[in-house]
Amino acid sequence: MINFVLTRLLRAAVTIAAVVTFAFVVLRMSGDPAQVLLGPDAPQDAVDAFRRAWGLDQPLWVQYLAYLKSIFTGDFGVSMRDKAPAIELVLERLPATLQLTVPALLLKLLIGIPVGVYAALHRQSFADRGVILLAVVGFTIPSFVMGLVLVLIFSVILGVLPSGGQDTWVHGILPTITMSIGGIGILARFSRSAMIEVMGQPFIRTASAKGLKWRDVVWSHALPNAAIPIVTIVGFMVGSLIAGAVVVESIFSWPGIGRLLVVSVTNRDLAVVQCILLVIAAAMVVSNLVVELLYGWLDPRLHARAGH
Amino acid sequence: MTPLLEAKNLSRVYQVRRGYFARPNPVRAVDDISVVVMPGETLGIVGESGSGKSTLGRMLLGIDPAQAGEVKLEHKPMPPLRSAQWRALRAKMQLVYQDPLAALDRRLTIAAQIGEPLDIHQIGTKEQRTAQVEELMAAVGLRRDQAGRYPHELSGGQRQRAVIARALATRPSLLVCDEPVAALDVSIQAQVVNMLRDLQEQYGMAMVFISHDLKVVRNVADRVAVMYLGKIVEEGSSDTIFRSPRHPYTKALVSSMPVPGKQLQGRIILQGEPPNPAVRPTGCAFHPRCPLAIDLCRTNAPALRRVGVQRTAACHLVAGDAAAVAA
Amino acid sequence: MSSVNTMNERPSAGPATGLVAYVRRNVALSVSLGILWLAGMVLVAALADQLRPYGITDMDLSSRLAAPGATKHWLGTDELGRDVLSRLIQSIRVSLVIAFGATIISAVFGTALGLAAAQFRGFVEHLVLALADFQAALPFLIMSLAVLAFFGSSMVLLVCLMGFYGWERYARIARGLAISAGAQGYAASVVQLGATPARVYLRHILPNVASTLIVSMTLTFPEIILMESGLSFLGLGVQPPETSLGNMVGFGREYLTRAPWIMLAPAAVIMLTTLSISLVGDWLRDRLDPTLR
Repeated sequence: MINFVLTRLLRAAVTIAAVVTFAFVVLRMSGDPAQVLLGPDAPQDAVDAFRRAWGLDQPLWVQYLAYLKSIFTGDFGVSMRDKAPAIELVLERLPATLQLTVPALLLKLLIGIPVGVYAALHRQSFADRGVILLAVVGFTIPSFVMGLVLVLIFSVILGVLPSGGQDTWVHGILPTITMSIGGIGILARFSRSAMIEVMGQPFIRTASAKGLKWRDVVWSHALPNAAIPIVTIVGFMVGSLIAGAVVVESIFSWPGIGRLLVVSVTNRDLAVVQCILLVIAAAMVVSNLVVELLYGWLDPRLHARAGH
Repeated sequence: MTPLLEAKNLSRVYQVRRGYFARPNPVRAVDDISVVVMPGETLGIVGESGSGKSTLGRMLLGIDPAQAGEVKLEHKPMPPLRSAQWRALRAKMQLVYQDPLAALDRRLTIAAQIGEPLDIHQIGTKEQRTAQVEELMAAVGLRRDQAGRYPHELSGGQRQRAVIARALATRPSLLVCDEPVAALDVSIQAQVVNMLRDLQEQYGMAMVFISHDLKVVRNVADRVAVMYLGKIVEEGSSDTIFRSPRHPYTKALVSSMPVPGKQLQGRIILQGEPPNPAVRPTGCAFHPRCPLAIDLCRTNAPALRRVGVQRTAACHLVAGDAAAVAA
Repeated sequence: MSSVNTMNERPSAGPATGLVAYVRRNVALSVSLGILWLAGMVLVAALADQLRPYGITDMDLSSRLAAPGATKHWLGTDELGRDVLSRLIQSIRVSLVIAFGATIISAVFGTALGLAAAQFRGFVEHLVLALADFQAALPFLIMSLAVLAFFGSSMVLLVCLMGFYGWERYARIARGLAISAGAQGYAASVVQLGATPARVYLRHILPNVASTLIVSMTLTFPEIILMESGLSFLGLGVQPPETSLGNMVGFGREYLTRAPWIMLAPAAVIMLTTLSISLVGDWLRDRLDPTLR
C-alpha cells in the first residue's frame, strides 16, 4: 500500500514538473519577452538592459532554474495589464468560480448518481429512458448553446431570471444549471451502466438467492461495488469543472477565473495565463491523486497488485 | 553423427518488480541448462508449469535471447535477435504454439497464413506457393474447401493443424512444439500427436516436444529431459526414463502415470507447495518435497551427472556411473 | 474505409437491391437518419461554393436582421445584412474540415506513438506514457487557451492544436493492442516466422487494431467539433472574416434578444451533427468490435 501511494505521488510530481516545463517552453517559444513587453520599436540598449535585468542574457538552463525557483516561491510574474502580481488576480477571482463549480458538482452528484442507480434498478421504465435521453443531451449540446438557450427561454421570453452578472444568488441559478445539466446526464448514464454491470454479477444472484432482502442486496452488495467505477468518472469531472467554468463564466459575465483566463488570452497577458495554467494543473493533479488513492482504498484488488 | 542443435549453459533470469519502489526479485526461469538435439530425433521436455520448459524452448529457437550460454544450430552461433540473419534462420526452425487461436491472425484466411512463411522467405513463384499451400493442407488433414476460412470458423484441432502446416511450410530442420495439444479436447489430442509424429518422419526433421503430459511425451519422444524449477533433473532415452526413473521427482511423476488395464500401484504423492520460481529453495530445489531428502540436499545443489548409458540425473542419492553400470 | 469493406464481405450484402434490404433489416431508423444527416453535411461541405446563395461577407444593408422565411434570405440575415444560410454553409465546411483534419492528425500521431511504445518498450514507452499522463492531466481547453495566448490564433495553428486532442487515447489503445498481440499472440508468431517489423505492423497489427481505432475516431470527432466551436465561441478559434459554427453562435449571442435565428441555426447544426456521429459511432462499435462495451 505504501508502495502504491509513493508511486502515485511520484507520478503526480512528474506531471506537475511536465506542466511547469510546458509553460516555460511555450513562454520562451512565443517570442522574445523583451520585444513583446517593450514593443518592436524599443531602442537596442533598452532591450539589452531589460534582458540583463530579467536574466534573459543567461543560458537557457539558468533561466529555467530561475523560473523554477520563482514558481516555487509563489512568484508567477506581474500582469502586464493590471500591473498587479498575477497570483493575486487569480486568488481574487477564485471565490466566484467556486461559487459556481461547487454547487454544480453537488448537483451532478446528488442528482446524477441516484437517478442513474434508480434507472438501473427499473430498466425500460420512464426514468430509464429519461436518463438515456439526458445523457445524449449532455453529450451533444455544448454548454455555450445550452447556456444561450436557457437565457433565451428564462431571461428573454419568460423574463424570470437575470441573464448575467453576479449580484444576488438568483444570478447564479442559470450558470449553475448550465454547468451541471450535461454532467448530470453523463454521470447518470455512467452510474446506470456501472450498476447494471454489477447487478448482473453472480454474487448478486447469490445474495438474493440466499434470501437477502432486495434493499439489502442493493445497499450492501451492489452499491459498494458500483462505487468503484463511479469514483473514477467523478474524478474526471472534478478536474474538468474549471474548464467548464471558462465557457459558462463567459456567457453569464461571471467574474471568475475562467473569464479572467479568456480576457487574459485575448489581451495576451502571459503572466496571468501562465499562473492560471499552473493553478488549474495543480488542482487537476491533486484531484486525480485523491481519486486514485480513494480508488486504491475502495478496490481491495489494488492492494495486492499495487504499482502497475 | 553431428548434432543439429547444441545448447550450452543456457541461463535466463527475469527481474520481477512489484511497483517502482519494490526491490527487484530475480526469477531463474532457466538455470545453466545444456541440451543437444540430433537430426531427426524427438527430444521431449517435461515439467510442471513454472519449471521453465517453455522459456527453454524459446531460447533454443533464439526467440528469447540467452543471457548466458549459447545456442548453435549446425555449428553456427545464433545471430543477434531480429537481425536479417536471425530472420532468415527462421525458415530452418519453427515453433508450434499452445493456443492456436492466439497464434493465428483473425483477419486472414488460413490459406493466406499457411502460405505466409513462403512469402516472407521468398520461396517459389506465386503458383508454386499456391500449390505448396494445398499440399501442406492435405498433409495436415485440412480439406481443400477450408482454405478460405478464417480461424474462428474452424475447430480447435483444425486451427492447430493450420498452425502446424504454417510451421512446416519452409521445411524446417527443427520444430519446437510448446504444449501443442494442451488446449485441445482429449479426443483430438491423440490425432494431432500422431500426425506430428508421422510428419516428423515424412519430413525428416528434429523435434523438441514440450509438455506437462507424460503420456503424450512417452508417445512421441526418443529422449526425455525432466525439468524442475529451471534445471534439468534427469535426462535419458524415453524407454529407460519411463521404465526405470532414477531421480525422486521423475519417479513420482512416472508413478502417477496411468497404464491401460492396470491399477495405479505404488503411487508417490508429493508433499509440500508446488514449485514457485520466485521463491527458490536452497540446495537441491526439490528437497522440500522430496521424500528421501537428507541434510546434504538442503545445503548443496546436486550437479547433473552421468548415471548410465546416455543417461544423466541430478541427485545426491542416485549413484554415479560406475555403480549404475554395476547395478 | 474498412467498415465498408467488412459490410461488403458479408455474403448477405449482394447487389444494390440486396443492400437496401440489408440496411432495412440491420440498421435502426435513428442510425439511418444519422448517416443521412452526416452524408448531407459532407455534401454541403464539399459543394459549399456551389450551394452558397451569397458570399459570406456580402452585406445587404437594406435588410439587416431580417427574420427567416424571407424570399431572399431563407434563414434571415445578421446585423450587417449578411445571409445566414450562406454563412452557415461556409461554417459547416470550415468546422468539418478542421474536425476532420484534426481527427486524422490525432489518430495518426497517437497510433504512431503507441506502436512505438509497444515496439521499443523501455525508455520510449515511459516517455510516451508520461506524455499521455500529462495530456490527460491538463484540461484540453485550458491548454489550447494557453497556446493560443502565447502564439495568437491562426487557422494552421488551430488545426494542429486540435490535432493534439485525444491523441493519448489512440496511443494507449494502440500500445495495449500491440503489446497483447506481441506477447504470445499472432504478432509474436509472425515475428517468429521471420517477418520484418514493417510486415508485422502493416499486414497484421494495423488491420487488427483498425476497427478499435476507427471507433475511437467516432468518439473524438464530435468532441473536436465541440472543442473548436467552444474556442471559436470565445472568440479565440476561427477568426473573422472566416466563419465557423462556434464563431457564428458567438457573434449571434450579441443579438440573442432581437435575432435569435443567427445563433440557433448553427447551434442546431452542431447538435445534430454530434448527435448523428454518436449514433453512427455506437452502431459502428457494435458492428466492428463486439468485445468492446
